[in-house]
Formats: sequence, structure tokens, C-alpha cells
Amino acid sequence: MQHAADIPRDVAVSAESRASQRTSFAVWRAGVLVVCLALAVALPFGLKNFFVFQVTLAVIYAIAILGLNLLTGVNGQFSLGHSAFYAIGAYTAAIMMNADISYVWTLPAAGVVCLVSGFLFGLPALRLEGIYLALATFALADATPQLLKVNFLEDWTGGVQGISLIKPDAPFGLPLNSDQWLYFLTLAVAALLYWCAVNLVKSRTGRALIAIRDHPVAASAMGINVSLYKSLIFGVSALYTGVAGALGAIAIAFVAPDSFTFSLAIALFVGLVVGGVGSIPGTLFGGAFVLFVPNIAESVSKGLAGAVYGFILILLIYLMPSGAAGLVRLLVGRLKVVRDKSGLPAR
Amino acid sequence: MQLFLHQVLAGIATGGIYACMGLAVVMIYQAIDHLNFAQGEMAMFSTFIAWQLIQWGAPYWVAFVLTVAISFAAGIAIDRIVFKPIHNAPVLSHIVVFIALLAILNSGAGFIWDYQIKTFPSPFGTGALFGQNLISRHDAGMISVTLMMLVLLYFFFRHTRIGLAMRAAAASPDSARLAGIRVGWMIALGWGMAAAIGAVAGMMIAPVVFLEPNMMISILLYGFAGAVLGGLTSPGGAVLGGFMVGIIENLAATYIPGAGRELKLTIALFIIVAVLIVKPGGMFGRRVVSRV
Repeated sequence: MQHAADIPRDVAVSAESRASQRTSFAVWRAGVLVVCLALAVALPFGLKNFFVFQVTLAVIYAIAILGLNLLTGVNGQFSLGHSAFYAIGAYTAAIMMNADISYVWTLPAAGVVCLVSGFLFGLPALRLEGIYLALATFALADATPQLLKVNFLEDWTGGVQGISLIKPDAPFGLPLNSDQWLYFLTLAVAALLYWCAVNLVKSRTGRALIAIRDHPVAASAMGINVSLYKSLIFGVSALYTGVAGALGAIAIAFVAPDSFTFSLAIALFVGLVVGGVGSIPGTLFGGAFVLFVPNIAESVSKGLAGAVYGFILILLIYLMPSGAAGLVRLLVGRLKVVRDKSGLPAR
Repeated sequence: MQLFLHQVLAGIATGGIYACMGLAVVMIYQAIDHLNFAQGEMAMFSTFIAWQLIQWGAPYWVAFVLTVAISFAAGIAIDRIVFKPIHNAPVLSHIVVFIALLAILNSGAGFIWDYQIKTFPSPFGTGALFGQNLISRHDAGMISVTLMMLVLLYFFFRHTRIGLAMRAAAASPDSARLAGIRVGWMIALGWGMAAAIGAVAGMMIAPVVFLEPNMMISILLYGFAGAVLGGLTSPGGAVLGGFMVGIIENLAATYIPGAGRELKLTIALFIIVAVLIVKPGGMFGRRVVSRV
């Protein structure tokens, strides 16, 4: 690997060296990605099944947080209602599996159902901003568990008891148990969804979404259809969260209304902020936080679990006010400055 | 018609609770420009302090005044200790810290005073107000306390120098700082006042819903809803909004078939959202016009 700092430079060729520095960063990033993927593939073979299951759940939460991030981080719309889309995805999967449809088909179905419902909810939400949008989405989060318990839907949703499912086994006679298989399935879906998200944000559409976040008036003056993009990203965001919900239902093999309350929406939101608003890799950190930190807090003190959780949260915000992604950005920035200083002759 | 009137009166009685909470919500919103998710838990904690003082033998009004004073100091302390160091952090990080505070206060109260429900005395008595059992003496007392606080706040913000300074600090921090106002302390003062108003609200609400660590979670949501409905920039609107939420909730439970107790919050929220779609700044709020 070629280090930018190794190349002798002076001010005249600084443009060239900057380009080589950029390629060296790209190589670094690719290297890190490959190592992470290799670790992720190796992981289920060295660990207990329960831990594999937990990591699966963390990745699922990360996908849901990614959905929220596309809405909040990229487009600047605030939502406390994503537990609703998670629930819609989960119930879509559960109801289909109950009707003897293969679990593989439930994922795209959950995605489509959530895309449509997110888009439809995004339309009236266009009129609302900030705190008011938060209240409207909160209404959605609050309504969901109640609606799932309602009598006339009970034939499908199973009412308060929910629906029990059967964990799928690995297909094609693969030598994996069901926890390991679900881990790989989740990983593959996550990889696909992350790839799509990265490309979406980099594309023309992504730039339009960011422009709307940063300055809606200027964006519409540039000819961006603000209403269309805003409700569309609401749908896409719901799609991500819904697919996560479907995966969650398959992995846990159980759905019930009380798993999808407002506290799930809050957990997703906390994961978003802790990972870093607007950062796509940060959502992985957020997913891990949502799953593991409450358990850690409980192991520190049963009676004061909530307080320990709160302290950890405050401590994290103190250490990294812009989330994990913000911290990494800061460190990389420092590193670059140090290297530039040592590599360049004094001007 | 009789049923309708009864439900409206019952709605006003529960609405008093929400109005009380809504006032505290607007107070903090005026000072720091966010909705404080920990507001309800702060009020709950203050109420537990009052309960403890009464248990130790303090007369009600002594405990009341002491609790308000302690809450005021605690509110200022929370701002100085928790929020001062991160005042440059993004808005969403602040909201996460609110959630963290909520978790800490809730679990702390449960740890110190356990989760058993406790009765809290009312200074106004519990009998009915006018013979019929529609509005109790306590409900009436609670509503008058709320209205009294509203009037006091109005005079504080309109007719005192420090009230003017607080409004200036909230509306335009940079200009206020140039005019010699200590913006940081104005925010701290806002926290203190919000905590004190929350304490009063908690002590008024506790005789109705009983005292336990989770008592405030749903009430805070109604308080938010009321405040948003009335307009977050107007304390009077928030109080009126609180009453309206109470009335809407009761009427929805009575007249919408299949609604029942479970769905009444949901229906109330959707009505509020519908109102907001028509009038995005709340019913009595100023429309915020920003310069491009």
C-alpha cells in the first residue's frame, strides 16, 4: 500500500499529491471494508448461538435505523413513529408466514407494503415540520399497538397474544443451524440495503434530498420538487424499517402488539443519534447500542438499570456530541492534519 | 344533551391536568426552544420530594413551598451541569439527553421510593363541588391554581425586566447577548421556572392519578398534545389546548363507536394532527415567518 506521506512533494505538485492521497484513502477504506466483511462472515462459527442471534438482531436494528437516517439525517424530517413501520413489516411477514407463504417472499412484500404506507403517511406530513411532525409521527407510533389489538383485526393479527412463528431452517442442506442461517440472511439483506442507501445518497436524488434538508426554499428555487421528494423518502425510509421489521419477526419467530410501542421508536431514535445523524456506517454502531447497552445496564444494577442506561447515554453524548460517526470524522481529520504537517515542507 | 354536557364537564376536569402540564411544557419551550421529554419525570420526582416531606411531618403548604424551591434549584442545576457542557451539540443530541434524563429520574425514583402507588393529599378536599359528582373540589382547585399560574406568568413575561430579558434571550440569543443579557443564565432560569411549574403541576395531579414513578408518562404526552394544539408560543393557548384535549378525549370515547378507553388517546391525537394540518402553528400560536 502506498502512503501519500511517502511521496516527496512540494507546493507545486500539491494537486497531484492530494489526488494520490485521496486514492490512498480509498484503498484504506476498501481494506477496512474487506476486513470487516471477513470478520462478519467468520463470526457465527466462533460464537455461541445466542450471541449469534443477538448480533442478528443488532444488524436488524441497524437496518431500521438506516431507514430512519435516510429520513432524518439525509432529508431532515423528524420521526418518532418508525416503530409503526417496523410493526407493519413484522406483521406483514408474520401473517404471510401463517398463510404458508415462504419467509423469503415476506421481505419484498413487507418492503412494498411499508413503501406504500410510508408514502401515504408522508403526504399529509408535508404540511408539518419539526416539533409538529414529531407529534404527528408520535400519534402513529401510539396508534399502532392499539390498532393491532382491535377486535375486528384479531383474525389476522392474533390480538393481544400475537402470532407465533416457526424459525426457518437453512435451505439446500447447508451445514448451518437456523440461527446461523438467519444471521447470514440478515447480513446479505443488510449488505444489499446498505449498498442501495450509499448509492441513493450519492446520486442526483440524494443531492436533491440533502438540498431540501439544508435549505428548502433554495432547493425549490433550483427546480427540485420538494413535496414529491419528501413524501418519496418517507416511503423509502419506511421500506427499510419495514424490511427490518420483517427480518425481526422471522428471527424472533414471534410478533405481539406490545413489542412495537413508542419505546421502540425512542430506541431507534437514540440509535440514530448515537451512531451519528446522516452517517450510513454509523447506523451499525447505533444498532449495536440499541441491542447491547440496555443489557449491559441491567447487568450493572438490576434496580437502577434505567439510571445506568441514562448515564451511559449522557456520557456518550459528552464524548461524541455528533455520534460515533462524528468522532471518527474528527479523528480522521486530526490524523490528516498531523500527516500533512509532517509530510509537507514548511511554507 | 345531558350526556354531552356531562362529558364536556368531565373533559374539563381531566383537561385541567393536561393544562397544568402543558403550561410547564410551554415554559421550557420558551426558554430553550425544544420540547423537554424529561419534563414529566422532573415533575414526578418533585412530587415524590413533596410526599417525602409530608411523610416526615411537614404541613402541606410548607412542603409545597419547599418543593417548589427545591425544584427551582434542581432545574437550574440540571441546566448548568448537564446541558451547559454540550450547548454546541446538535439539537437531536439534546433530545437524546432528555431521554437519558427521563430514564435516570424514572429509575431513580423507583429505586428510592419503590413502584407501589401512594396516595397524595389534596389541599382542597375531595368532595364534589356543586352537589353533583362532575367536578370535584380538587378539580376546581387545580384549575384555579393553573389559571393563577397563567396570570402570574403573563405578568412576569410582560411587565418585569427579567421577563423581558428572558424573552429576548429566547427570541434572538446573539442580539440579546450584545445588549448585555446573560443568555446562559436566562436559559438556566427558564429551566428553574419550568421545573418549579412542573412541581406545582405534579402536586396538583398526584391526588387524582396517585403517585408512582410512571404516573407522568401518559400525562406528559397529553400535555404536549395540548401545548402543540394551543400553540407552543402561547402559554394561554397551551392551557386552553390542554382543556380541549381533555374534552376531545372524553367526547371521542363517548360518541365514536368502537373507540372505548384503549383508543381514545389515539383518536385525540389524530384530531390534533388534523387541526395542525389545517393550522400548522397551533390554534393560538404565532406563525413563525423566517427571512430567506
